[in-house]
Amino acid sequence: MTYFLYDGSFEGLLTSIFEVYEYKLDKVSICKISTYEKGFFNKEIEVITQQEKSIRLQKGIIKMGSALDFSQIYRAFLSELNGVEDLILNYTQYLFTEKRSVAKDYANKYVLEISQIVKKIGREKHRMDAFVRFRLTKDNIYFATVAPDFNVLPLNEAHFRKRYADQKWCIYDLKRNYGIFYDLHKTEIISLDLPTNILSSSEEFFKPEELHFQQLWKNYFKSTTISSRINKKLHQQHVPKRYWKYLSEKYLQV
Amino acid sequence: MNYERIKDKLNILADAAKYDVSCSSSGSNRKNKTNGLGNAEGMGICHSYTPDGRCVSLLKILLTNYCIYDCAYCVTRISNDIKRAAFKVQEVVDLTINFYRRNYIEGLFLSSGIFKSPDHTMERLIQVAKKLRLEENFNGYIHLKSIPGASDELMYEAGLYADRLSVNIEIPTKEGLKLLAPDKNRKDFLQPMNKVKNEIQKYKSERKLIKSTPKYAPAGQSTQMIVGATNETDAEVMYTATYLYKKYNMKRVYYSGYIPISYDSRLPAIGTEVPMLRENRLYQTDWLLRFYGFSIEELLNKNHPNLDSDIDPKLSWALRNLHHFPIDINKSDKQLLARVPGLGMKSVYKILHGRKYRKLNWEHLQKMGVALNRAKYFITCDSRNFETKDYTPAQIKYKILSTSQTKYKNILSQQLNLFG
Repeated sequence: MTYFLYDGSFEGLLTSIFEVYEYKLDKVSICKISTYEKGFFNKEIEVITQQEKSIRLQKGIIKMGSALDFSQIYRAFLSELNGVEDLILNYTQYLFTEKRSVAKDYANKYVLEISQIVKKIGREKHRMDAFVRFRLTKDNIYFATVAPDFNVLPLNEAHFRKRYADQKWCIYDLKRNYGIFYDLHKTEIISLDLPTNILSSSEEFFKPEELHFQQLWKNYFKSTTISSRINKKLHQQHVPKRYWKYLSEKYLQV
Repeated sequence: MNYERIKDKLNILADAAKYDVSCSSSGSNRKNKTNGLGNAEGMGICHSYTPDGRCVSLLKILLTNYCIYDCAYCVTRISNDIKRAAFKVQEVVDLTINFYRRNYIEGLFLSSGIFKSPDHTMERLIQVAKKLRLEENFNGYIHLKSIPGASDELMYEAGLYADRLSVNIEIPTKEGLKLLAPDKNRKDFLQPMNKVKNEIQKYKSERKLIKSTPKYAPAGQSTQMIVGATNETDAEVMYTATYLYKKYNMKRVYYSGYIPISYDSRLPAIGTEVPMLRENRLYQTDWLLRFYGFSIEELLNKNHPNLDSDIDPKLSWALRNLHHFPIDINKSDKQLLARVPGLGMKSVYKILHGRKYRKLNWEHLQKMGVALNRAKYFITCDSRNFETKDYTPAQIKYKILSTSQTKYKNILSQQLNLFG
């Protein structure tokens, strides 16, 4: 088995797949260099990310298949799941043998698996559109922290940019330690040294009215509940507990 | 802003608005063109879910719960001894904007008790929407209630600012309405509905010629019926719904199981259980009509005026029409596939695409997520093993029920005890 070790970026993964074809090897596996565990009989190739190769592969996939195939691959990559690189390699190889789009070939093992991962990604992306709770900081930035199961923030960016065009905002992924910041003109990726008490302390970072609105929201949430229809199971299905710490209507004590 | 006072009002006026089921924020097409605040494009977002499992998408409140009417089924009826409150127009605007900017909501759903007169009330609702659009440059979703009896001029204006308008007919039958809301007239509900429908059509045809025609209620109209408050049949409910869909181009009809809120002897007593299973079956029927190509006569008719409670309406139809089955999953067209119990539209879509690449067998179907425990009695596929025996409808029903689980087990077993 030959291991292609890449830097963890999407371009790196595409470069690796490109090189698998260059080397004409058949027993291969692609791993992130950071999580790779050395084995005695393993052969390793360290991949250096090359923009040119990754773009050529991207164009190849779209030309042979369709834009949908490429978007499926990209979204599956964002899952960061163990072994997703090999699955993407299998998918790409299947596409190039079939010489057509395979995105909807649901009876194929790889296609189905990818489509199931993509479904999870879509769900998590949608949850972030829903569960982000901005708090207004003293310097007038609407600020939210999240920790999505998958690395979906790149997919959320367009939605928030379109919607909140007239306010500065930042959504920060605590798990992956990066955020998206919008400054009224453009968005950029930022990394911050966040104080550990950012979630709990309000007065220090946020405007005085901020807590009032969180309380009003929590009150609204309570008043709009119909007690004769309580259905805790359904509630938790829709809002799994792991998200509660970011939702003021759930964690705030009134 | 006096937060304490707003809090009290919000508690009263959100509590009074919660019996309106609609919380949809989809189906509009309002873009944020002006670099202002918000948009309402494509699919809606449920920002939270209350412990009753219902979605919270819009800030759903009444402008006031003072009301001159005395409809027996309504919490805010004049004879009910409850706390009353009223928002100022600016207060609703501020709440909406501040909630929206924090990503709590998709927009506003504003309804109201009827104070002074229908026109006076409608005018106030419009003021809120107008202020949001023109002063705050707000492009989020706005759902306004059409007040029964409001004039055509006001209904016209409402559609210029709102994404959706709705008027709840509440009671599915004329007789029921006469009994429970004697001072209301069915005509008062239908007139604003009709005006909005006509305007939507007019604007649509104008847009075909002039692209810059402004929007008019782009997310259409919806309405709601209470079920279980009078003794209407499922057929009466669904035929009324079908009429509303066809005649007034409704985007949605909602069904709301009656929640007992009154000791009035004309209504189910307080403590009576909310008919959630019935509500569920009505929604399933609604979906079959709108997305699965069924016609109402197939599902409900003189011989079959009520839906089965123990099985879903599609399975019920299939068992009454076994002569259509089995169908071949690899050859049948979309309309036929959609009629197979256990196949939802998502499975149908996967089958239609998947079978272009190869013939599908049981294993493929199972992995795609088809509910085979139901579907297998009605289909054949690329496999030699299939249900060859000629089961009777009762046998199939028994086999399916014994292999499936239901969250309504308690309700259903009670019913069995009653009849068994």
